[in-house]
Amino acid sequence: MNTKTSANIDRRAFVARLLARCPDALVVTGLGSPTYDVFASGDSDRYFYLWGAMGGSTSLALGLALAQPQRPVIAITGDGEQLMGLGSLATLGAQQPANLTLVVLDNGHFGETGMQRSHTSLGTKLAQVARACGIEQSGEIHDIDEVDALAARINARSGPGFAQVHVKADELPRALPSRDGVYVKNRFRQALGFAPL
Amino acid sequence: MNTTASPASGWQENIFSILKSGSVRQVAYVPDAGHSHVIERVQQDPQMRDIVLTTEEEGVALVSGAWLGGQRAVLLMQSSGVGNCVNLFSLLQSCRFPFLTLVTMRGEYAEFNPWQCPMGQATQAALELMGITVLRASTPEEAEDLVSAGVDAAFEGGQQVAVLLSQRLIGRKKWERK
Repeated sequence: MNTKTSANIDRRAFVARLLARCPDALVVTGLGSPTYDVFASGDSDRYFYLWGAMGGSTSLALGLALAQPQRPVIAITGDGEQLMGLGSLATLGAQQPANLTLVVLDNGHFGETGMQRSHTSLGTKLAQVARACGIEQSGEIHDIDEVDALAARINARSGPGFAQVHVKADELPRALPSRDGVYVKNRFRQALGFAPL
Repeated sequence: MNTTASPASGWQENIFSILKSGSVRQVAYVPDAGHSHVIERVQQDPQMRDIVLTTEEEGVALVSGAWLGGQRAVLLMQSSGVGNCVNLFSLLQSCRFPFLTLVTMRGEYAEFNPWQCPMGQATQAALELMGITVLRASTPEEAEDLVSAGVDAAFEGGQQVAVLLSQRLIGRKKWERK
């Protein structure tokens, strides 16, 4: 559990490789760096970018996953956003959606606000929390080459799953997707065949 | 404390029927005695999914995700839960998600527990501050009519609506155990 010295994964490279291997997945991003990481890998109308609603990414992805059981759903977020919604791990564990995987890019810090240490630097073991909430397929990722096995599990919809990815605490250039939530919502729904109201 | 003494009233069954016929598929909730009949009926219905939450704000995000995926979902909570939701309500405005919540009221009628009063008395204003339309039901007839109106306003009109089920409608909470 020597996470600090082993956090050497480049978050952008990890996300890009993951998404390239999950071409059918519906993706929800937690606010801040995960939103930028996903957009930096290339935009898609299958992506729903959060710019706020901190703590809500897991719950939003759960509602989506229950509505779309035939599609793999991935929530990509950070440790701070996941920590604010810890209770939603228990809600997810109670529902057991096989098609939902949470990917937490854990740099141990609140990167958007000045790199203050988060609880994952101070003792909280997120993957263990997730498993204790009933998400049995929960684990830590220390090497970018583990991304292929993660993608295979996502695409097999054999979850629910939880991946705590130990990424470097880099401050990378921002890559900003649309902040117009109505546009992103309607675009996402249209990709699934739903017309706007 | 867990006094669900009142047998299912007809209006509670009718609320379930309105949600069912309104094609609501996901029902998220933090439980309340006033919602218990609807929750039980949802649990028995193979076409509907009940989702118990640890805090009400999860439900705001969850029903939004359901809509993204093409399903209608509602949030059931007690008035105290409205306060827990406030920042997450920004999601509804930012993305103009349809939203329907049914809120059982505390702190406004024959309230025994003063701790319920501050949030109960601020519930309507808190919802309206965040841009949510409030409909208040004080009789069984109003409850049925307004829940039906809320389903249409949310899922046909794209509005954000809260139907408050008044404490007088639900009835006095019984505090003595036999």
